[in-house]
Amino acid sequence: MIYFVRRIVGIIPVLLVTWTLVFIVLEIIPGDPVNLMLAGRPASEEVRQRERERLGLDKPVIVRYGSFLVRAVKGDLGDSFRTRQPVTEMILEQLRPTLELSAGGFLVGVTLGVVLGVVAGIRPNSWLDTSAMFVALIGVSLPSFWTGMTLIFVFGTTLRWVPIVGDGITALILPSITVGLFLSGGLARLIRSSILEVMNQDYIRTARAKGLAHWVVVMKHAMRNALIPPVTLLGVQFGLLITGAVITESVFARPGLGQLLLQSVLNKDIPLVQALVVYATGVYIVLNLIVDLLYGVIDPRIKLEQAT
Amino acid sequence: MTVLTTLPKPARSRFAAGRVVRALVVNPGALIGAIILTALVIGAIFAPLLAPFELYATDTGPRLSPPTTGNLLGTDLHGRDIFSRVLYGGRFSLSVGIATVLFAAVLGSLFGVFIGFVGGRVDAVGSRIIDVMFGFPSIVLSILIVAVLGVGLVNVVIAVGIADIPHFARVVRGAVLGAKEQLFVEASRALGAGDLRIMLRHIMPNILPTMIVLATLNLGNAILSTASLSFLGLGAQPPTPEWGAMLSSGREFMRYNPSIMIFPGLALFLAVMSVNLLGDRLRQVLDPRTAD
Repeated sequence: MIYFVRRIVGIIPVLLVTWTLVFIVLEIIPGDPVNLMLAGRPASEEVRQRERERLGLDKPVIVRYGSFLVRAVKGDLGDSFRTRQPVTEMILEQLRPTLELSAGGFLVGVTLGVVLGVVAGIRPNSWLDTSAMFVALIGVSLPSFWTGMTLIFVFGTTLRWVPIVGDGITALILPSITVGLFLSGGLARLIRSSILEVMNQDYIRTARAKGLAHWVVVMKHAMRNALIPPVTLLGVQFGLLITGAVITESVFARPGLGQLLLQSVLNKDIPLVQALVVYATGVYIVLNLIVDLLYGVIDPRIKLEQAT
Repeated sequence: MTVLTTLPKPARSRFAAGRVVRALVVNPGALIGAIILTALVIGAIFAPLLAPFELYATDTGPRLSPPTTGNLLGTDLHGRDIFSRVLYGGRFSLSVGIATVLFAAVLGSLFGVFIGFVGGRVDAVGSRIIDVMFGFPSIVLSILIVAVLGVGLVNVVIAVGIADIPHFARVVRGAVLGAKEQLFVEASRALGAGDLRIMLRHIMPNILPTMIVLATLNLGNAILSTASLSFLGLGAQPPTPEWGAMLSSGREFMRYNPSIMIFPGLALFLAVMSVNLLGDRLRQVLDPRTAD
């Protein structure tokens, strides 16, 4: 219990450091925010001054930094320069399509990654292993924007099997495969080496010595232990999912957080960039915490209290 | 009494070029990787000699033409020869990838050496920064950095390079911590060697094989990431024939002429795959501890 509290308190400095970095980075972005906000429209000095006051730009950096932190915690990071809409609202609107894409991509990626990794790992150096690892190599080497474009061209515009735009579940198939392929290669390699390691353990030999069938040994004894290391890398998978989402949304012209991030950067919509990065770091840090805490649940051998 | 006129040579490190080349050639995967990569590099270096048309030449044939004898891989919207552009594209995509890895390797190593050598609180804080950066969505970090620096290929190198720093910093830090405790380091310190000398003469040669493996494994990713950013419009700008940028500008016309999208993507895929094939084998040869 003490460990849990300690870990939860422990994320505060990490959040503080990352958010401070975000603040500093956006402070040094060249260009006057008021000019960016007016986006080239002519305005009198009076209007500019009023905007400057409204945005709090007339206050010293330290005051702005303080109010930024307070607003970050409260989830109110100001209004978009472009749409004048609260940025938190804009992000929430785009959350659903990205979550759907991530879930679809995760499903495809984990299924493919586990199958390839297990097939390769239980028969090391066989032709199955070589073929599975070749597929995994293709997975890690394929540029996902190219995969997406190829899928669109073959299954969308030429064969017309699935729609490439729209809101339905069928429109999610190709984007999910695009993200999934990107994830699966690395995951398959990880699971393979994890299984190889587990298969050499004493308890596997014991299970075999008891006369258990090969598949029982693999499925019940090896799998459970072999999947622990990949689970701990869920945080890394999150990073890959986000990367996959940014690129895939762009290729398929899907709405979502990736598109929002890209557009906010291209438009220099500072409050939106700021909010997206602040929330991404928040989610990333909390996710890593959850993974760490889950670690002890999945693998009872690890006593979290002792680990500290 | 005999006087030592020449200092004894330091023991050969595990990095022996001849052995490495032999090990790569006997492995079919690495051999295929080496052949593909060599072909792409030769194509890029000798593009002015090999390409049938000049870098930015338009109307080299009918617009959006499929592959013909005149235009081996067809033409794009402006009638530019896709084969020539793919050859020239290697100059941008490959060199940007290499520059990114060099950037990350140099800064990452310096950071790793610094925190590993100083130790204590500096090491604790530094390691925490590495941890946080490690799994952080690198594309978010890269996009943020491009937002600060502005759009362009050089800025993409810096952005992806910074996101790549923790990979190198972590390994170098670990190696420095390990080496600090070694007897040969203690011995040379006893002989009066300074920190810098110990670093350069004793610790760096020891981690060189690991660094080479790491750099190769990261190169594939760097080529992919920089091309992705160009595809998103943050890196190379048209009409630069960088592969990612070529795919980006061809995406709307691929239904009229698929070769506009097939060949730059294929070149990119082959480049990344060949580097990965070489990296995997290099790791088995040079750094067996981390290989399966």
